[in-house]
Amino acid sequence: MSFIPGHPVTAVVQRIEIHKLRDGDNLILGFSIGGGIDQDPGQNPFSEDKTDKGIYVTRVSKGGPAEVAGLRMGDKIMQVNGWDMTMVTHDQARKKLTKKNEDVVRLLVTRKSLETVVRQSMMQH
Amino acid sequence: MDNESQYSGYSYKSSHSRSSRKHRDRHRSKSRDGSSRGDKSVTIQAPGEPLLDAESTRGDERDDNWGETTTVVTGTSEHSVSNEDLTRASKELEDSSPLECGRFVGPVLSGVLGVFALLTPLAFLLLPQLLWRDALEPCGTPCEGLYVSLAFKMLVLLISSWALFLRPPRATLPRFFVFRCLLMALVFLFVASYWLFYGVRVLEPRERDYRGIVGYAVSLVDALLFIQYLALVLLEVRHLRPAFSLKVVRSTDGASRFYSVGHLSIQRAAVWLLDHYYTDFPVYNPALLNLPKSVLSKKMSGFKVYSLGEENSTNNSTGQSRAMIAAAARRRDNSHNEYYYEEAEMERRVRKRKARLVVAVEEAFTHIKRLQEDEASSPKHPREVMDPREAAQAIFAPMARAMQKYLRTTRQQPYHSMESIITHLQFCITHNMTPKAFLERYLAPGPTVQYQREKASRGRQWTLVSEEPVTSALRQGQVFSLRRLDFSLVVTVTPLPFLTLGEEFIDPKSHRFVMRLQSETSV
Repeated sequence: MSFIPGHPVTAVVQRIEIHKLRDGDNLILGFSIGGGIDQDPGQNPFSEDKTDKGIYVTRVSKGGPAEVAGLRMGDKIMQVNGWDMTMVTHDQARKKLTKKNEDVVRLLVTRKSLETVVRQSMMQH
Repeated sequence: MDNESQYSGYSYKSSHSRSSRKHRDRHRSKSRDGSSRGDKSVTIQAPGEPLLDAESTRGDERDDNWGETTTVVTGTSEHSVSNEDLTRASKELEDSSPLECGRFVGPVLSGVLGVFALLTPLAFLLLPQLLWRDALEPCGTPCEGLYVSLAFKMLVLLISSWALFLRPPRATLPRFFVFRCLLMALVFLFVASYWLFYGVRVLEPRERDYRGIVGYAVSLVDALLFIQYLALVLLEVRHLRPAFSLKVVRSTDGASRFYSVGHLSIQRAAVWLLDHYYTDFPVYNPALLNLPKSVLSKKMSGFKVYSLGEENSTNNSTGQSRAMIAAAARRRDNSHNEYYYEEAEMERRVRKRKARLVVAVEEAFTHIKRLQEDEASSPKHPREVMDPREAAQAIFAPMARAMQKYLRTTRQQPYHSMESIITHLQFCITHNMTPKAFLERYLAPGPTVQYQREKASRGRQWTLVSEEPVTSALRQGQVFSLRRLDFSLVVTVTPLPFLTLGEEFIDPKSHRFVMRLQSETSV
């Protein structure tokens, strides 16, 4: 998950599809995000590179739609419904996730364990 | 509280002798109060024992705290002169050197020249009046104005000469002081040429225009004022702006300092430096220099090399000494260990003595108190009233032993006699000083000027050693040294760096801050 400015980002990603839960008038997804290009990247406990200003999942509520779909704490969200999440502000990320007319959000997330699994499986061959 | 024995494994003195020493010391101390404190007295310790006790390395029954007892002086017999007696004699010798009249020649000469120069305008004015008064043209208002200006200028000259030049000289320089000679020559030339013109143009033809003569005298006074301005700049102002940094290192114990001076010649810089040396450097104590004997004695027991043949002795000796040095280097050397523990032991001893001294002095000071004015007349204080001298003598007795032991441990006893301690105590009592203020003189070695005797008018003899002529100006990389009988100060000159100062303007409104964000939103 290294980021070199000017080069395309390559990562092993997992597709996660979350169905929003209707709670009264709100559609909730069941997790919290942190990060963004307007935030302080040094405070991010989940990132490996402390200059990474991407959006990270900081908390997943138990039994919520996100946990059911397979989202874990510490994941970095790369795309939401096709919208890029690596270079957005915190508020833009929130807006993309909480669109009222969408019931389903399809995320591309990446985490460190994905990369190690892929590498191990490649080494076995 | 016997924790001294933990080092006994490292020094050759056995712990047995340490404890026995302490018992013996308690008995001995009582009989020592009456003996002399500052001066060394030599008495024989016991019949049959050799007098070189203090230097011997046999430890067991020998009393080897030689710094404490009054009985044995450092390794001498009663018929020889100790090292301290020698230095004391040499100091007295140089103090009683005759007052040199040679150092007053320069100032007297310049004083005579100055007085002559000051009296010249008056002479210019008075001579025509005295000699051909009737033939002079009367001179009205312009003359009076010139008289007044002349008087004021002469007053200014007089006062500034007194302020600048009439000071007792503080040093005799080995060569001529170039600027001063230059200025004296200039003054002499000026005054001589004015007198020449005066003699030829005024006295000979008996000039009748008195106003011109007065103007001539005023111009001389103007010229003298300008010469004085030149003297001020050359002698006083030019060396005020710092240009060089001098590093002074004392050759015997490495005490060093840095000073900033302006453009001076080497001899003037040396005088300036010595002024500051007397107040800044701690006094040179020859007793503090040597490594303890226990460390050195191990080193001396090296290989002994004998050359059996007389021919080619020079070639062999260098080869042998090199072999000896190489062998000594290869051998495992533990003397640094000895040195470390000796130093630690010495420091502990000094600290213990210092603690005892501080306690004794504090207690002694509680015995007296100052009598207030209104208590003097009341009859309810039947105690006798003492003046400071008697009070000092009264409270000196309980602290005397602790003081003497401390001075001996720190090797300061040549500098403080009993008389001087009592005088200092009297001084402190008179000025309401606390025990700590009384002790500051003894706890740290003070600057050299503190130990000068009052009859210091004889002067201190220093020799300036330099590879370049001493009237040349200071330059980068020069080294000269100031030598005295037993030590010397080595001075290195480095120029102060040239500074390039830049500027950066900060708008006071440009100080703005934001909070570092780390928000977390739940979706």
